[in-house]
Amino acid sequence: MSAEAKAPARARANRSGEGFRELGLLVFIAILCIAFQLRNHSFLTLANIKDLLDNTAILGILAVGMMLVLITGGIDLSIGATIALAGMTSALTGMAIPRINPLLSILEGMAVGLVIGSVIGILVARFKVLPIIASLGLMNIVRGVTYIESKGAWVSAYQMSDDFKSLSTGTTLGVNNLVLIALVIFALFWYFVNHTKTGRRIYAIGSNPDAADVSGIPRRKLLWLVYATMGVLAGLAGVLWVSKFASAQGDTALGYELNVIAACVLGGVSISGGSGKVSGLVLGTILLGMLNNALPLIDVSPFWQQFIQGIVILAAVLTNVAVKRNNQRLALRKRAI
Amino acid sequence: MSERSISVDRPRSLRRFFFQWEWLLVLIFIAVNLINSSLSRYYLNLRSLVGSTNSFLDMAFLVLPMTFVIILGNIDISVASTVALSAVVMAVSFNAGLPMPLAAILCLVVGTACGLLNGLIMIKFKELSAVIVTLATMIIYRGIAYVILEDQASGHFPKWYSFLAWGSIGPVPLILIVFAACAIAFGLLLHKTSFGRKVFAMGNNLTAARYSGIRTDSVIVAVSALTGLMAGFTSLFLSSRMGSTRPNVALGYELSVIAMVVLGGVSTAGGSGRIGGPILAVFIIGYLNYGLGLVNTTANVLLIIIGSLLILSVLVLNVRFGGHRRPAPPGARVIAPGKAPDEKA
Repeated sequence: MSAEAKAPARARANRSGEGFRELGLLVFIAILCIAFQLRNHSFLTLANIKDLLDNTAILGILAVGMMLVLITGGIDLSIGATIALAGMTSALTGMAIPRINPLLSILEGMAVGLVIGSVIGILVARFKVLPIIASLGLMNIVRGVTYIESKGAWVSAYQMSDDFKSLSTGTTLGVNNLVLIALVIFALFWYFVNHTKTGRRIYAIGSNPDAADVSGIPRRKLLWLVYATMGVLAGLAGVLWVSKFASAQGDTALGYELNVIAACVLGGVSISGGSGKVSGLVLGTILLGMLNNALPLIDVSPFWQQFIQGIVILAAVLTNVAVKRNNQRLALRKRAI
Repeated sequence: MSERSISVDRPRSLRRFFFQWEWLLVLIFIAVNLINSSLSRYYLNLRSLVGSTNSFLDMAFLVLPMTFVIILGNIDISVASTVALSAVVMAVSFNAGLPMPLAAILCLVVGTACGLLNGLIMIKFKELSAVIVTLATMIIYRGIAYVILEDQASGHFPKWYSFLAWGSIGPVPLILIVFAACAIAFGLLLHKTSFGRKVFAMGNNLTAARYSGIRTDSVIVAVSALTGLMAGFTSLFLSSRMGSTRPNVALGYELSVIAMVVLGGVSTAGGSGRIGGPILAVFIIGYLNYGLGLVNTTANVLLIIIGSLLILSVLVLNVRFGGHRRPAPPGARVIAPGKAPDEKA
């Protein structure tokens, strides 16, 4: 107990380097904003910013779950498939029972996600299957099930009830529902990882599994919890996705897991586990969203998008390493004197 | 547990000989063929069995170097993008006037360069895991392919070029012969040369390998470059089979390739595995695909089957064969004290 209470204090002391990182990200975003604005004056308009946020909200929801997975040192490649299956299942149910309450649809999608996430969690935690392999297998299975469930057909806009479609397109208090949901999830998980015992323990199992075991942290249960949470969030995102684009297809969100991982990496979540913050995640998500939103606005051919995204991700990762090395060198020099 | 013996040769015994993962694969292979031949009466004849290999062997060239990569304890998810990029460069340079043989060589060069870049980033930035490096280059390589060719297709290869994938010498497809040659070369490299021993040593314990004088960096770069080169081979055969190429070719190949290697009994924790397993797995999945295609089963069922096989094989390897010499996450031993010592005896 006392050891855990001390952990946040030490983390705070360690944070000077990470704070610098987030500042750097913020400055980079600001510079990009100015550059985009100079090229196209409609970038920093309220309408476009609203657009940008609407389009990045789902990415943000998923990135939170992925951050937890990455913190434990794992990875989840199945979420694109989970999005498709959850979205398809809720859309098919909505087609069969048009009067169904949209909230029930959301719950249905989350339940689908929970099942998939739990299976991955059990494989990783109980049977020690490497996360990349477990989620890869599940990704194939889930994607196959989606095609079979839908018999290869799409569910299109006219087959969905208005209530269902307004899940993602509607507004509450002038704010788009999607953005609202994302904000709530960000706040919830910020509290969870920073101020609950379970949340801090997730960092512990990521940064030093041996130490976590020795100090009696229930690693298996936490691993399961993390993958199940990722599944639930992916299920939620799946329903929101289908409701936003008003179409459920077998290949929905194909390869989207890579975008989500990219957002996490840009946001400073370490892929080897143990570190990552919700605030960095928000910035990373916004940066990736900006790249998606702004490149078409400044007349960059859509075919350049993937290349530019890749370069930005690589640059972010390499800079991160360089900064960390520099910090360590400085720290060593200080100690030598 | 009480006494640790260190010897280079494992004791040979009948029990150990029959208790190998590869025998299970052989059983699966036979089962697949039995199921296939009961599904379709067109399936079981030698001509179609040998002839059908050109439908799935192009991917198999990637399985060979991926075995090395996974034995090293790394993973490479950029291979499919490398295939796409080298195919696109080849097609575009051919259509710009380069003679076909030179374009084909250029394809191999581009593939090797992509692999080399992966390797260089990995050794210069050791803090980064192979997953994240190859994830970034995966996006970049395919991004470059899109920049070059946008959403166009490019092709119009000369007639003789299609012989690469469709031609055969006698009844044996050319691609099968080339693959067999590559497989033998890789098998010898892995099991009979000091390079192969170094790969195993590094997969078991990278630090110990470095301290015992292995130039770990050059091994990593060499394996990466080799992976790129074989990606070039894959793209040669793939674009020959398809007759043209697009930036989105080979999408998802990396997953199938990794699945085959893992199904072949190579431990994802690194340090153990043999070349024969993944090669068997190539034929298992290939014939499964071919047979299911004969009876008009959709690709979706295959997705499910591959996924299940992948997970089941890892489960069986983990639980029954103690396939992970090192527990995958450090400290797994602490949790299950009763299970681990088995493989050390």
